[in-house]
Amino acid sequence: MCRGRDNLGGGIILDLTKEKIVAMYTTMKRIREFETNASRLFAEGSIPGFVHLYLGEEAIATGVCETLESEDYITSTHRGHGHIIAKGGDTKFMMAELFGKETGYCKGKGGSMHIADATKGILGANGIVGAGHNIAVGAGLSVKYRKSGQVCACFFGDGSTNQGTFHEALNMASIWKLPVVFICENNLYGISMHQSRHQAIQDVADRAVAYNIPGVVVDGNDVLAVYEAATEAVARARNGQGPTLIECKTYRHKGHFEGDPAIYKPSEEVAQWMAKDPLPRITNYILDNDILTKEEVERIDLEIREEIEVAIKFAEESPLPSLESIVEDVYTDIVEEVR
Amino acid sequence: MKTMTMMESIREAMSKKMREDENIILFGEDVGAFGGCFGVSAGMLDEFGAERVRDTPISEGAIIGCAVGAAATGMKPIAELMFADFLTVGMDQLVNQAAKMRYMFGGKINLPMVVRLPIGAGISAAAQHSQSPEAWLTHVPGLKIVYPSTAGDAYGLLLKAIEDDNPVIFFEHKLLYGYSDEFDENMEPIEFGVADIKREGESVTIVATGKMVHEALKAAEELAKDGIEAEIIDPRTLFPLDKETIYKSIEKTNKVLIVTEENKRGSYAGEIAAMIAEEAFDYLDGPIVRVGAMNTPVPFSPVLEQYYIPSSDDIVKAVKNMF
Repeated sequence: MCRGRDNLGGGIILDLTKEKIVAMYTTMKRIREFETNASRLFAEGSIPGFVHLYLGEEAIATGVCETLESEDYITSTHRGHGHIIAKGGDTKFMMAELFGKETGYCKGKGGSMHIADATKGILGANGIVGAGHNIAVGAGLSVKYRKSGQVCACFFGDGSTNQGTFHEALNMASIWKLPVVFICENNLYGISMHQSRHQAIQDVADRAVAYNIPGVVVDGNDVLAVYEAATEAVARARNGQGPTLIECKTYRHKGHFEGDPAIYKPSEEVAQWMAKDPLPRITNYILDNDILTKEEVERIDLEIREEIEVAIKFAEESPLPSLESIVEDVYTDIVEEVR
Repeated sequence: MKTMTMMESIREAMSKKMREDENIILFGEDVGAFGGCFGVSAGMLDEFGAERVRDTPISEGAIIGCAVGAAATGMKPIAELMFADFLTVGMDQLVNQAAKMRYMFGGKINLPMVVRLPIGAGISAAAQHSQSPEAWLTHVPGLKIVYPSTAGDAYGLLLKAIEDDNPVIFFEHKLLYGYSDEFDENMEPIEFGVADIKREGESVTIVATGKMVHEALKAAEELAKDGIEAEIIDPRTLFPLDKETIYKSIEKTNKVLIVTEENKRGSYAGEIAAMIAEEAFDYLDGPIVRVGAMNTPVPFSPVLEQYYIPSSDDIVKAVKNMF
């Protein structure tokens, strides 16, 4: 059931309008700009804690979320900024959260790894590798029970497919035919461990066989290929045909987190993958197919730059959380005691 | 008024709420036709159907994770684990996900979910099916912890647990499933953080939970023969904890003994003792005393298991040493 796709190489997707392609370019650019700035701001000391960047993987969140409706759900990971932006998260509130400010998505209580926006169906980034799988199944069960017609896209990395939760979740979603689309972002590394060392298979999608669901391999740096595969999987999910496992082959441009020099990555491998950077690929596609002119692309780029500058300014100028707020939000109705 | 066993009262409370709100569903291992390992959900499949009383694969992580995802998206799930011991398999989903999500997300999500956990020793089920893991969970901010000792309390507290907008842990002692008492099935839900004084007395305060409430009541009858009148307080919810009722009683008796079925080392009984020492020390005329299980895994052989579990005799002996 596994097959490859490569749409930037010439495949045709029937329902793909110019507007959609431009929207996907814009989202990818927004993620790239956000992450590039997050990297700089972390290095400068403005962002505390851990930051796991999505640079290099932008095509996946973008291609998948373009197929979703606003009321659909996603679960995300520790490397979640891209998913949240692609699902409509506001970069101002995201950046403020990264800064630990009161105006952030989580009032400064979650940080980079825990951004959520229930109003947009974003059930949260997650600091525990593999923890989103079962939450996605719960959302799928809820959707099926309520007959609401929504779907849940569950994003996770190759490393998490060695967690028991991956198997529990795929099994449960399969037996109950839940509207969940499992999207494996295979960036070749579980932290520092190359895939060839952490599992004895090359294609995570092969594991779909064990759950009697479709397993698809796509070029994860090709946003159109991701979009096409996700369109089919989301349609299956909405039609009550159950889950699909989509494996997107991609590459993490940076280390596991900022500050990791990634000395474990061979330079030839890095060079080979940088040549497949998803941003230049979609840009060239847009220009070569006269979807936009160079000037139009530059205008979008400028708008995105300005948006992220506004977000950074918002984060910088926002107040820090009050110390009293520490005991709020543990429960809906109990405020814990202050020491 | 009605007389029911605790097993029946738990079933009735779930059924009552499920009749009122179709977004309440029950799932867990063999809760459907099998009726649950102890028979708590027997018959519920017939009334509510397989969509609402749902058998799951043996995947404790997925059972709790599924409750989290369902609660986050508009449902009110009740998840049953067959034994509280199996929580270790699903601990991440409860501790790192359910308990922390609301806080991590800045208060912007509610998780109205109940996790029902049969706990306790006494049926020769040995070390992996008999534990009392109160301390594992009372330690975790974000969870409410309920532990009833009577059928009526179980009924009223479960009504409240299902209505609550936070993750609630509902401990059910296996040996109490068969205990029956009389209560008003039209009662209002029992508020959390309100202890119940199961016996009034002036000589000594005994704080007891779950099955230990009944051991303490038995001990009190024995102690009364010697003129020692024990006041027995059942907190009913471990968090929130009704400290005031406990302190007020100690103000009267000047003595306190805490009895739980936990391994004594690192127990929640220790936390209660520490609170009393910090906040009610002046009421005491002697050391706080704890009676707990031995610091061993729960043994299998009935003779060893009975020796392991705190008994009314242990309580009587400990109280007499306080005078």
